[in-house]
Amino acid sequence: MAAFACIFVPDFPLEALLRAEPELRSQAVAVLEGKAPLQKVFALNEKARYAGVEPGMSKLQVETCTDLALRPRSPVQEAVAHAALLDCAQSFSPRVEDTGSDTIVLDLAGLETLFGAAPKFARDLARRASDLGLEVNVAVASNPDTAVIAARGFSGVTVIPAGKEAEQLGSLPLEVLFTGTPALDNGPEPERILETLERWGVRNLRALAALPEVALSERLGQAGVRLQQLARGATSRTLVTVEPPLVFEEAIELEYPLVLLEPLAFLLGRLLEQLCARLAARALATQELRLQLELENGWQEEESTANRGDEFGPAGRAPRQVFCRTLRLPVPLLDAKTFLKLLQLDLKAHPPGAPISKIHLTAEPVRPRAAQSGLFLPPSPEPEKLELTLARIAGIVGENKVGCLQLLDTHRPDAFRMQRFAPGESQGLKPHSKNPLHAELKPGDTQKPPHIQTQPGAQTNGANAVTALRIFRPPVRAAVTLRDGKPARIACPKHPELQGDILWVAGPWRSSGDWWQQEGWARDEWDIALPAEDGLALYRLVRDLLSGGWFVEGSYD
Amino acid sequence: MSSLLVCAQPAPGHPVAFPQEGSAFLLNRFSALPQLAAVTPASRLEVRPAPELVCSGIRELDALTGGLPRGGLTEICGPASSGRTSVLVAALAATTQRQEACALVDISDAFDPVSAAAAGVDFERLLWVRCGEKKNPPQRHRDTENTRKNSEENLRYRLEGPLEQALRVTDLLLQSGGFGMVAIDLGGIPFRNARRIPLTTWFRFQRAVENTPTVLLVIAERACATSCAALVMNFSPQPSALSRQVNRPAHAELLDQIQIEGEILRSRAERKPVRSATAAFTTRAVRIS
Repeated sequence: MAAFACIFVPDFPLEALLRAEPELRSQAVAVLEGKAPLQKVFALNEKARYAGVEPGMSKLQVETCTDLALRPRSPVQEAVAHAALLDCAQSFSPRVEDTGSDTIVLDLAGLETLFGAAPKFARDLARRASDLGLEVNVAVASNPDTAVIAARGFSGVTVIPAGKEAEQLGSLPLEVLFTGTPALDNGPEPERILETLERWGVRNLRALAALPEVALSERLGQAGVRLQQLARGATSRTLVTVEPPLVFEEAIELEYPLVLLEPLAFLLGRLLEQLCARLAARALATQELRLQLELENGWQEEESTANRGDEFGPAGRAPRQVFCRTLRLPVPLLDAKTFLKLLQLDLKAHPPGAPISKIHLTAEPVRPRAAQSGLFLPPSPEPEKLELTLARIAGIVGENKVGCLQLLDTHRPDAFRMQRFAPGESQGLKPHSKNPLHAELKPGDTQKPPHIQTQPGAQTNGANAVTALRIFRPPVRAAVTLRDGKPARIACPKHPELQGDILWVAGPWRSSGDWWQQEGWARDEWDIALPAEDGLALYRLVRDLLSGGWFVEGSYD
Repeated sequence: MSSLLVCAQPAPGHPVAFPQEGSAFLLNRFSALPQLAAVTPASRLEVRPAPELVCSGIRELDALTGGLPRGGLTEICGPASSGRTSVLVAALAATTQRQEACALVDISDAFDPVSAAAAGVDFERLLWVRCGEKKNPPQRHRDTENTRKNSEENLRYRLEGPLEQALRVTDLLLQSGGFGMVAIDLGGIPFRNARRIPLTTWFRFQRAVENTPTVLLVIAERACATSCAALVMNFSPQPSALSRQVNRPAHAELLDQIQIEGEILRSRAERKPVRSATAAFTTRAVRIS
């Protein structure tokens, strides 16, 4: 037996706003629509109705009510709430009809073995929608239209057994047939039919279902017959299924611009929780978060533009008053707290620079990480903790000072670049080189470049010990006295340990490169020994052949 | 005031008279006290388990010490050109070749990638934190509410030197966990600065790595962690290696090797002082050619 479920959000514009501001659920709220000063109440909750507010009242009228929160209608948040509703439905059934902005119909064929009987399924559906921030009505019936009418007419969860549609729907008022029912789109005006039925004394669906069919057809035409079939729950149609794109975006329009990062973090946390709930409902995670902040036009336009030139993501095409940050993660994650902390640290390092009027947050969906820890695998940092730790360390030492290094395939000394540290990442996923002339080493193939060699004839001693060099960054400029073409004395004014007669010298080791480019280099390397407190100290002395200067590049240790 | 042990109230100035059964009676009464039920007698305390030792990357050092202790602090001390950085690079190479993640907190930004690559360090598993001056100072905000916070941040930014950065970073790394080795390179700063690190900091580091598989390695001019260190080694260069090269023509060969001698100053695994335990090894030079 076919079964269909309908999710209906009563007062959808209001629910969309309450999803962004859940603290308003405990008080009277009304949504206004229209341009000032002609704003009128468009939607309201039960507490507002008790307070005497009705749809259609002007803003001036409702402002007299105390403890009434007034919010303008937000198409952005309605679109986001509708996307969340579709995610909720898609998490249960692949066959989903987007009946209206506030109504979704699901085909339940074959889902009983997965999710249980219809009452349990309906409760789970309502709970999932509640997790996504929407209080909905759910109805399950044997045909889609009956499910829609029941969801619109009954609050909470309703299950109509097959064959009892007319009995269950009988108590509903006639108005439920005229709101959002697609069957009446091409017929006469719904208001005229409703007025006619009321003049006949037909007040509910039971009375409509009891009318003689032929007489009803003679007076109201096919629209009347269609309405009677709906009232009896005897219609049958095929679902117009949709497959919504995997776009996970949350947005919020602020009534007043934000100037502090703390309240922004509060709102971001709420958006991230909703985003993670939607991703979890679709069994997905994310590896890239895009934060887009619309700023107030004004004073700091240049600074915000400068901030957009971040290294994390392309943001150059955004309008000038939009501030963008992109957070890329090495592994797919689904933890709102981790995302929030990462965004906080990133915004602390790159503040927007102007008051914020609108927040957009988008997540790129990816399949969640399917990794299993092994008993015999070496210890490795957890990706969530590691990302937070790296972000905090970057806040202490600077963004370009933390990561894992990658040697460049060049003979230029100290040629490397920093990249993201991700020990658990697959070795094949590495960023490409921007400079094709400097082809990078293939990580994982070999870590030692072919041009790095040990001295021939050196004793390996059975171990893998090499003489390490401690590099002075930047190199220390020195004044060197030559004797027979070899350094004999060195003086560095700011470094007392680098002064005196050179006790031992070897060299030179001449090298050059990049002479075909502007940044060519040529140098002679000397190894020298200087007297120290505890004996000798070995240094590498370099003469820049292009400038003629002497530098102490580092010490052997 | 009556006691559970001796129920009779003693008269002031008179010694307490214990029953005749002696110490066995007292022990039985003590063990019956509910307040002392969870206290284990010192005689029954278990011996602290020996730490797991891992390869340091240098065979001679492993033969001398047994390896670097996991869950403990190891200090490698020595003056300039004593070979301490070579030991650090060898330990990083050995750890990364075991496919464990390593972190190097480089306080003076002195790490040489070429030496590390020649030693066999897997850079994909090495997190390099280069302490020092930040190139992007905190940016200014316009709003007055943030002005005070920004000024405090700027003040902290100016006062925070590489040493403070290194200690904060090490704290974060140890709390994060999961690293096979966390190395702090204090070799580039004078000992008078390294000595200013409070003992509580070293104690906190030691407690953070305790019961974890992490090896905390510190490179310094002299030992500064004192009793918090599980293993302290001192290194010194042997000038004989250079003397052998004196007679060679200078242009024919550069520095090719350094002979290094290491000595155990302190080892928690050993009961007795091991002042005379030394090991000598040779490191080979590397060069881009």
